[in-house]
Amino acid sequence: MAGKKEFLIKINLDFCKACGLCYSYCPTKAIGPDKEFRASVVDADKCIGCLQCENYCPDFAIEIEEIK
Amino acid sequence: MFDYAEYLRLDKLPHIWCYGCGNGIILKGAIRAIDKMGWEKDSVMAVSGIGCSSRATGYLDFNSLHTLHGRAIPFATGIKMAKPELNVIVFTGDGDATAIGGNHFIHAARRNINLTVILFNNNIYGMTGGQYSPTTPKGYFASTAPYGHIDPSFDIVELALGAGATFVARSTVANPREMEKVIHEGLKNKGFSLIEVVSNCHERFGKRNKMKSPYEMIEWIRSRSVSKVKAESMEAEEREGKIITGIFRQETRPEYVETYDELVLKKARGGI
Repeated sequence: MAGKKEFLIKINLDFCKACGLCYSYCPTKAIGPDKEFRASVVDADKCIGCLQCENYCPDFAIEIEEIK
Repeated sequence: MFDYAEYLRLDKLPHIWCYGCGNGIILKGAIRAIDKMGWEKDSVMAVSGIGCSSRATGYLDFNSLHTLHGRAIPFATGIKMAKPELNVIVFTGDGDATAIGGNHFIHAARRNINLTVILFNNNIYGMTGGQYSPTTPKGYFASTAPYGHIDPSFDIVELALGAGATFVARSTVANPREMEKVIHEGLKNKGFSLIEVVSNCHERFGKRNKMKSPYEMIEWIRSRSVSKVKAESMEAEEREGKIITGIFRQETRPEYVETYDELVLKKARGGI
């Protein structure tokens, strides 16, 4: 799709405590739980850059960056 | 997309708060709001008391002070009087500000000293094992209320309004963007600003009240939240047990440090 913005999902597993808030609030399910219920990228193409995960993550463990 | 690292002491992370703790969400909202103010990092003073909420100052890369239980506001008052050019922000909790430090809180509001108080209200004493706090809702369970809590809870916003604070607002962790906005408005206010943010403590409060996960508890907070505009059209019975969010007061009144300095100058010039 022309003009579609792309985003880079950066997850810091050293800080992640597997609370599940990021993937519970992700509207497109671009992120999901891994085997230990920590955050993991499922499909980065689905990310719409709404920043719900970044705003809800209490542990500074997830960051969304726009790919220019 | 926001660079939090600039404002954090990264060597202190990961923080000690439980998984999914709303305090982290509030800390992030506060960082974004402080960033919007465009202040020099060295001009910000973060002061806190004791409790889960009060750990916040340890993670912030400002001038910070972790003080006695309930006494964050007196320490902050001292700092503001000695160095009025500093932007003093108090991080406190429901127990710290309204139980142990209840008197300090109301008198700072009455004086209208230029402080911004961000009050993390998690409805419980989390750090010490889940004893009920002044804001535990009636009918809910706590470790010291195994058969249900019978005390009516404190309405912190009404308390601050009654005491004379010039900026009073309430928000919740269920709405981080709105929280950021009201904290920003509070920081802009010249006078005593109170921002109560309702937070989730699923570990100590939720688990005793059928809300095991952080998601469930945040959704519980969301289901009880109503905006101030909507609440005005509701009956008193409907408002019972609801968390009313929004800005309740935003006005100007003579600020304490300025009034004090004027008095000192007047006396020094022989005017009195």
